[in-house]
Amino acid sequence: MHNKTIAELSQSLAQGAFSSVELTQTYLERIERLDPQVNSYITVTADEALAAARQADARIKAGTAGTLTGIPLAQKDIFCTNGIKTTCGSKMLDNFISPYDATVISNFKQAGAVMLGKTNMDEFAMGSSNETSFYGAVKNPWDLDAVPGGSSGGSAAVVAARLAPASTGTDTGGSIRQPAALCGITGLKPTYGRVSRYGMIAFASSLDQAGPMARTAEDCALMMNAMAGFDDKDSTSIERDVPDYSASLNQPLAGLKVGLPKEYFAEGLDNDVASAVQVAIDEYKKLGAEIVDISLPNTGLSIPAYYVVAPAECSSNLSRFDGVRFGYRCDNPKDLEDLYKRSRGEGFGTEVKRRIMIGAYVLSAGYYDAYYIKAQKSRQLISQDFKQAFEKVDVIMGPTSPTVAFNLGEKTDDPVTMYLSDAYTIATNLAGLPGMSVPCGFVGQRPVGLQIIGNYFDEARLLNVAHQYQQHTDWHTRAPEAFR
Amino acid sequence: MSIERSDIEKIAHLARLEVAEADVPEYVRNLSNVFDLVAQMDSVDTDSVEPMAHPMEMVQRLRDDVATESDQREHFQQIAPQTENGLYLVPKVIE
Amino acid sequence: MQWEVVIGLEIHAQLATKSKIFSGASTAYGAEPNTQACAVDLGLPGVLPVFNKEALRMAVKFGLANNCEITRRSVFARKNYFYPDLPKGYQISQMDHPIVARGELEIELEDGSTKVIGITRAHLEEDAGKSLHEDFHGMTGIDLNRAGTPLLEIVSEPDMRSAKEAVAYMKKIHSLVQYLEICDGNMQEGSFRCDANVSIRPKGQQEYGTRAELKNINSFRFVERAINIEVERQIDVLEAGGKVVQETRLYDADKNETRSMRSKEEAFDYRYFPDPDLLPVEIDDAYIEAIRATLPELPDAKKRRFIDEYKLKADDASTLTSDRALSGFFEAVVKEGEDAKLAANWVISELLGALNKNGMALADSPVTADMLGGMIKRIKDNTISGKIAKQVFAAMWEGEGDADAIIEAKGLKQVTDSGAIEKIVDEVLANNQAQVEQYRGGNEKVLGFFVGQVMKASQGKANPSQVNQLLRVKLQG
Repeated sequence: MHNKTIAELSQSLAQGAFSSVELTQTYLERIERLDPQVNSYITVTADEALAAARQADARIKAGTAGTLTGIPLAQKDIFCTNGIKTTCGSKMLDNFISPYDATVISNFKQAGAVMLGKTNMDEFAMGSSNETSFYGAVKNPWDLDAVPGGSSGGSAAVVAARLAPASTGTDTGGSIRQPAALCGITGLKPTYGRVSRYGMIAFASSLDQAGPMARTAEDCALMMNAMAGFDDKDSTSIERDVPDYSASLNQPLAGLKVGLPKEYFAEGLDNDVASAVQVAIDEYKKLGAEIVDISLPNTGLSIPAYYVVAPAECSSNLSRFDGVRFGYRCDNPKDLEDLYKRSRGEGFGTEVKRRIMIGAYVLSAGYYDAYYIKAQKSRQLISQDFKQAFEKVDVIMGPTSPTVAFNLGEKTDDPVTMYLSDAYTIATNLAGLPGMSVPCGFVGQRPVGLQIIGNYFDEARLLNVAHQYQQHTDWHTRAPEAFR
Repeated sequence: MSIERSDIEKIAHLARLEVAEADVPEYVRNLSNVFDLVAQMDSVDTDSVEPMAHPMEMVQRLRDDVATESDQREHFQQIAPQTENGLYLVPKVIE
Repeated sequence: MQWEVVIGLEIHAQLATKSKIFSGASTAYGAEPNTQACAVDLGLPGVLPVFNKEALRMAVKFGLANNCEITRRSVFARKNYFYPDLPKGYQISQMDHPIVARGELEIELEDGSTKVIGITRAHLEEDAGKSLHEDFHGMTGIDLNRAGTPLLEIVSEPDMRSAKEAVAYMKKIHSLVQYLEICDGNMQEGSFRCDANVSIRPKGQQEYGTRAELKNINSFRFVERAINIEVERQIDVLEAGGKVVQETRLYDADKNETRSMRSKEEAFDYRYFPDPDLLPVEIDDAYIEAIRATLPELPDAKKRRFIDEYKLKADDASTLTSDRALSGFFEAVVKEGEDAKLAANWVISELLGALNKNGMALADSPVTADMLGGMIKRIKDNTISGKIAKQVFAAMWEGEGDADAIIEAKGLKQVTDSGAIEKIVDEVLANNQAQVEQYRGGNEKVLGFFVGQVMKASQGKANPSQVNQLLRVKLQG
């Protein structure tokens, strides 16, 4: 049961091969038995899951079920879930029982999906290794000495370890794609504004975007059918019809123009990762794609610009955590200043504090133009690079991450080396473009991801391009031995 | 670009973050490294470039002026650290 | 030394929307604490703002009424600071691209002259909550009902040179926002508030002195007093050889002094940047013109019309147009009573007098415009005299009915039957022969005595001009 995809499970449920309750129990049992090795869940909602599964079974019986009805899913602990602890990986919210549901959560509830629990993540989604979580690092199911990537590390690990058929993630600078790559699963970051941000605890508002993480592109499409859509509670949500993402999966790829940006294959890319990506690109050639060499000349600006824009927004977004209305409050504050400083000083971890300080600095009097405006101008240049590229090609491909999963603790001392692991993913967030990561091989036992970047609102094409590849390769079907 | 101890103290105060004295050197070092990275932006001339605040070329949608929310005080205050008579309590504010 | 006072005002007008600027919570005043603070107003994790259409319309309306430039693409920005009544740790406001830019407004001074005051800008922002400092075991209570109420912050140029000018400007804006129906103007409830930037400089000096910002002054009277007391303080400081510090000061009405706000002592660094949760607000000519078409006749234009059309004195026209409802009331009285001068007199001296005396608002007046007009009609057709009308007015105020009913019930109808009047005149003359002789001897002042006697005898009901005429004829003998 636990090796099936959503598409397969949905069919089995419809045919009555097993019930949602049985399926849910299977996963709950696996979580209980296996998760201690991985640490991928912060909260497991067994009772709620079984109740939802019973309701789903009733819907299936009544013939009113949709594709996701009765399918267990794991939700990143960044989405507010009514009545259920929502921590964002932080001590600050360790006691936070959300009083409302995020739109993404409501959408899945409506579709009849079953929530197994809330997945571990870097604190407030700030990190690329899951090591900044207050709840301890997540381990990579392929190699328990390795990081799963971040910030949606728990969400990637649950899928890789078969502790959920699929999960949700959020991606501000690569937080869906990079852990998907490092854990050998499929993940999609949609176009900015395609999925509602309401109820998703904000890290950097102009970059954050939620998306699906699953074993296959086909499953990602099914998830997107439920997740995507206009939400009048989010001013940045896009009023535009949502296509059926499953409908175009089987389109042939003959004539597809694939751009390979030379900057994504330059210095800093691990040779073995480069080879694996090259093999994948050769596979696309076989499928009829035309490979075009392109350049995204301002790629080098992405990390510097991102580490101004994202901290600036986060420093302001995280001001609401002040120990007054919800969340952590320090013991015995001696005055208001003390309440603020200690609640925030004790409630936030080091990386979060670091980014808040960077953000406060770049916005402060005298530095705003040199940093914030400069970064926004750089962002414009990065965005223009993509606009020009998409006049020539349909999709852009390259590695998701410069290396495979690194070891736990390997990069925690120097934030800058950690930041560099997002070198290929950040630019798409700055531009607001959709991007995917698809498993395309291994270096040793650690997976490699192929990144596919599309033009605005071209998620259906990305899913089609990924699905066709998955019809001809089997990397996405592999499971780590201990979790088969 | 190097960040000084005084910068850390200033921004930690602006952001209302207590930073232990012992941790200051590490923040100084790490933030200096980050700003060295950020300084790479300076290599590109952006004089004639429009700043981009937002990824999409969209304009603000307007909401109809209708009061749609009902009283949820009790629900919301269940998660509050300290309340009394429906008020959130904080240490005395001096004006 | 001769000092010149320089004043600029920042007026905060709460916009009269039903719901908040970025959430669907009600803006109604006076609810139980925190019962009108929804998830968005509380700044719960994950919530997002969506902009209220009506707040935009009201801001544009204000701009158009003052010939301000309207910004076609305005931007919301975050003003970052920590305060317990500011739930998100930032206030959504506007910085570089406010919805309303440069405009101007004419104020009238006590000597009847006018002065133009520049409006720098007016921007939209959200109000904060309230901190209640009563003792909760030495703690402060926070009520966030007000958080998120739309505010229009109207910033003036430093064009005012006295506290009186500042008050005139503030009153003008106060009247205007009510004319435009964008703010209820209720200062007790905090719907209309004012901060004053006050500085002084030696007369003739070009550059401005260092200013102090006086916070949250909630009545016209206090504005004048707070500014004057602050000016005195600054003069004292400078004349003693000291320096004025740039700071925020609070006016204490009880002690009639301003004092430095300790909690705001440190220099703020608000770290403004465009709010990434909101997008630029774009409006086009069609939108602006549609709003322009809804503008009512504004106080200045109305005043000119009242002077031209009703031949009112400038003072009276000012009084009657200072409030939109009052001007409407006046015009309804004119329509019914068909005499503008009488209408103006009766509205200004009797009606406003009675309202003031009873501490009532026009809307609560027991005497309606139709009633007052109906009474004026009876003065005009000589049914009653002006003096009797005061009795009628008092009775109408007491709810005894309209003028006709009261005149009838009390028998106040003026006597115009010349036979009846003649009879009284004859009696008065017969009984006062000595005075008759005086008159005939050339002392015409005695006429007043006879008029008085006749009116007294008729219980005020005799038509005074008829009485006059008859007396003259008879006395001439």
